[in-house]
Parts: sequence; structure tokens; C-alpha cells
Amino acid sequence: MLAGMSAKEKAGLAAIALALIALPFVLAMAGTAWVRITNFAVLFVLLSLGLNIVVGFAGLLDLGYVAFFAVGAYVYALLASPHFGLHLPFWIILPIGAAVAGIAGAVLGAPTLRLRGDYLAIVTLGFGEIVRIFMNNLSTPVNITNGPKGINRIDPFQIGPLNFSASDSLGGLIFSGPIKYYYFLLLVLLAVIVINRRLQDSRIGRAWVAIREDEIAAKAAGINTRNIKLLAFAMGASFGGIAGGMFAAIQGFVSPESFILNESIMILAMVVLGGMGNIWGVIAGAVLLSFMPELLRYTVEPAQKMLFGKMLVDPEVLRMLIFGFALVLTMRFRPAGLWPETRHKRELIENRS
Amino acid sequence: MTEVLLEARNIGKKFGGVQALKDVSLTIRRGEIYGLIGPNGAGKTTLFNVFTGLYPRDDGEVLFGGKALSLESPHTVAAAGIARTFQNIRLFGNMTARENVMVGRHVRTRAGVFGAILRTRAERAEEAAIRRRADELLHYVGIDDRADALARNLSYGDQRRLEIARALATDPQLLALDEPAAGMNATETAGLRQLIEGLRKDGLTVLLIEHDVKLVMGLCDRVAVLEYGEKIAEDVPEVVRGNPKVIEAYLGTSAH
Repeated sequence: MLAGMSAKEKAGLAAIALALIALPFVLAMAGTAWVRITNFAVLFVLLSLGLNIVVGFAGLLDLGYVAFFAVGAYVYALLASPHFGLHLPFWIILPIGAAVAGIAGAVLGAPTLRLRGDYLAIVTLGFGEIVRIFMNNLSTPVNITNGPKGINRIDPFQIGPLNFSASDSLGGLIFSGPIKYYYFLLLVLLAVIVINRRLQDSRIGRAWVAIREDEIAAKAAGINTRNIKLLAFAMGASFGGIAGGMFAAIQGFVSPESFILNESIMILAMVVLGGMGNIWGVIAGAVLLSFMPELLRYTVEPAQKMLFGKMLVDPEVLRMLIFGFALVLTMRFRPAGLWPETRHKRELIENRS
Repeated sequence: MTEVLLEARNIGKKFGGVQALKDVSLTIRRGEIYGLIGPNGAGKTTLFNVFTGLYPRDDGEVLFGGKALSLESPHTVAAAGIARTFQNIRLFGNMTARENVMVGRHVRTRAGVFGAILRTRAERAEEAAIRRRADELLHYVGIDDRADALARNLSYGDQRRLEIARALATDPQLLALDEPAAGMNATETAGLRQLIEGLRKDGLTVLLIEHDVKLVMGLCDRVAVLEYGEKIAEDVPEVVRGNPKVIEAYLGTSAH
């Protein structure tokens, strides 16, 4: 990746890396809550990158993506909590979660292979709800998921003596739990970006785009579209599974209500707003949309109190308003997203003229 | 020159109550250009789609290189060595010309997800070979100067050529062209004719559906004529041209 970059680009990259490394300490000055918020933003970036494989590369509209996030979270919760008395280390559970979510992705993909567009969206939406309802109801006769009460006291990450739920200090710097998770998430994110980019430029990535462009021509050109589509579902889902496992560990608690349809739509909106198919656009979309509600929370309330002396509009209400408005504006003025994949951009702009 | 490459036996295909193909048998010999003509709606494209696995057939079988050809899916047909183009060009419009041809190499290469993620030595070597072959083929069909252009931005004639290059990328033994000259002007048609003759010279077998009777008669070694889903003639062009049934199919019977 580094080869072929100019000195300027390398310097820019180094600056970004330094900024990302220093970021949690700066945020911690404003409060540990901001580090947590950042961690969730990174989780959403991971989810968006996973969904981008399915929606952006292969062109398969998936409205139930949060189901795989749920599968990963529950795999972690069940294997590392007092619920079953299992306490496996995270580096064993995360790959298991990725594999189980990947299989779930293929299972969802199999019956939808002949569907496209709206029909595919409806089926995937239903699948997402089915998974959530399963989690909600698998408490009787055998208590597997503990139903709506969720699973509590999930183990945090532990690497040797390093416990991710406690604070350590090193050289005068305080590494709180969220800061440690932040660095871990950053590493995972880096790996996921590299994987995404490499897949995009590979034989498999080309096959995904070919299916998105023209499925019949892709078949005639010798692509086994069934397998390649299943692979897209499975790969996308396994990223969701990894994100889910980390979510469970960071929260220490999972319940079905974290995995509602709204979340699926949110992740899809991040992909679409940022720019389907372009990794950097998707990252930008995810960061933007995950920070926006928090920024509103911290600005709208005080601003209203200052201006009117009391709260008139709940920030939660404003959030949906602004969010919807942003999507409408994006679709009107930048139909391919804020930072589109060059291909998509050309396609959408040419079609307008 | 007399070795049979493809033999279709009693192919039948129905769409609801319409018998689109009835008992069609034909043999294509290795190294020849085999023309398939007939009036509109005669079943040419249907037969084509059956051969290439796009439509399931109702009756009959196809032998390819002496072995039964599995027609269950287009990609198995492509793997067996039959490549095709489409009557209404079907390219991957938002991929570059080179990428389009590289997709055609998919069926002859094997790198998977893990190879791609780890960028293994084998994967990189294969990727370089795919790219090299794609560039060769773009040069072969004469559009190498457009390699980095998006397929959708190519001229009509170049799009036809690109589709042929993508089909050639699958290393076919039989190249099936569905009305490649449709919509082309005289110069483009002449260029296409040269290209197809070059393919024959390089040992490829070509199945050609074409409306341009002049092109078919001048180019093909043998020609079959379909009418209402049935084969009414199969022979060298000179004989087919004089066949009364063929004349009737094209011009209608004279009034009595």
C-alpha cells in the first residue's frame, strides 16, 4: 500500500496516524464519554465497511444487516459470561463469532439468490427481524439467550495481565478501559480496510462488481454467480460478526433491543450517504452519522436553555429531522454519496444529463 | 477439418404453448464458421440461449467435443469452452475495458478470498497474468488504446469488439456471436468480418447468428436455416442459397 506514494502523501498519512493515536487522550480531557462515543463510531465504521461489500460491491440491497451484528454479539455474550459459565478468551471468540455470522450470512443469502432490488430488501428486512425475535424468545423452554432481559456481566477483553475494563497508567499517561478498546478497534479497522481494498482489486472483487453491473453477462462470462453472491453475503456478515463481538465486550451487556431495524437502516444510510462502493466515503459517512446525534445532544440542549431558558425541542427529535433532511439533500445534490466510488459517480452523473 | 466439435440432437424448447424449437439437430465442425440464419422469431436466439445454458431445454442433448455438455448453468458452459456475445451488447458498463476482459478470465483462474486478502505470491502472479492476457486480447481485437476507458463510453463498434474480447478471455473452443453486425455501418462490418476471419485462422470455431445475409454467405463455411423453430436447411452457403424452402421462408410463396 505504501509503495508508489509520494513523500507528501506519506507525510500526510503519518500525520493522520499520529492524530488517530493521540485522539483518545485529547477526547479524554473532554470526558471519557467521548472516548466511548468514538469507539461506537469505529464500530459503526466496521459495520458499514462490512455492509459495503454486499451493497456497494455486489449491489445486493440488504436491510437486515444488523442481524449479523446481533449474531456476533450473542456469540460473544454466550461464550464469555456467567450465563453459561463459559469464559473463553476474546481471541478465540471473535473468530468463532465471525464464522457463525458468516454462516448466517450464507444461510440468508441462499434463498434470496434469485431476488434483486426491492424484493431482496424485503426478504433481508424480514430476516433481520427474525433474528431479533429469536433472541427475544429463546429463553424458554431452554434458556439460551435470556430473552428480553438480555445477557449481563459479559467479560471484557483480557490480554495477559492487561484488563480492558480497568485503568492502567504508563509513563504518566492513563490508559482507561475505553482507550484500550479504542486502540484495539483501530487495529481491527486497519485490518478491515486493508482486507476490503485487497478484495476490491482481486478476481473476487471484480466478479462482485460484474454481478452488480449485469448479472446475466457475468454468468455468461463464466462467473458462478450463486457462489460469488453467497461469498459476498458471508464476507459482509463476518465483518458484522466481529463488530458484534467487540460491541458485546465493550458494553458488557447485550439485549435484543440493540438490534432493531432502525440500526440496519442507519448502517445502510451510512453506506449510501458516504458513497456506495468507495471505502473512504463509507468511512466518512459512518463517522459523520455516528457523531451527529452526540454533537446535537451536547449543543442543542445548552443552546436552547441559553436562548429560551428551557428545552423546547428534544435533541432526539431534531436528530431524525436533520438526519432525514441530510439524506434528502444528499440524494438531490450528490446522488452517488458525499465521496462516491469513481465508477458510481460517473454513472449517476451521466445518467442525469 | 471434419472433426465434430458440437453436436445438437433433437433440441426442443417450449415457452408456454409456443414451440420455440422443435427437433433441431445440427453439427458444428471444429475450425469452421457456422452460420445460423432465419427470419425474425425463427428461434435463432432461443437456440443460442439453450446452447449457452441461459434457458433450460425441454428435449434433446448437446455433445461438445464428444462429451455430453451440461447445460444447467451459463458458467458451466463457459467452463466447458463455449463463450458468447449478446445481440443487445451486455458489458459491465462502469468497469473499464480492461476490467471487462479481466472478468472473462475468472473461469480460468482460481484465486479465492484468502489469496486476495493475504496477497500471496500465487495470487499476485495470477493477477499479473490475468492483466497481461487482458491486454493481449484488447490488442487482438484492436481496442488496446481504449483499455482504461469505461466500457459505457466506448463507441458502438468498440463495444462489440470488447464483448468479443471478454468472450475470448474465457479460452473458448467455440465462440458464439449473436448478431455481431447489428447496427454497424459498412466500415465497421468490414472490420468485424476481418476480425472473425482472423479468429478462424487462429483455429477457433465460430457460431454466427446474423441478419446480414451477405456477411453470412461470404463468411461462413456452412449455414443452417431456422424457420418457426425448425431447421429447414443445413449446407454450404451456395447450396442453401438455392434451396426453395429457404427462398420461401425469406420471400414468401408466390400468389397462385
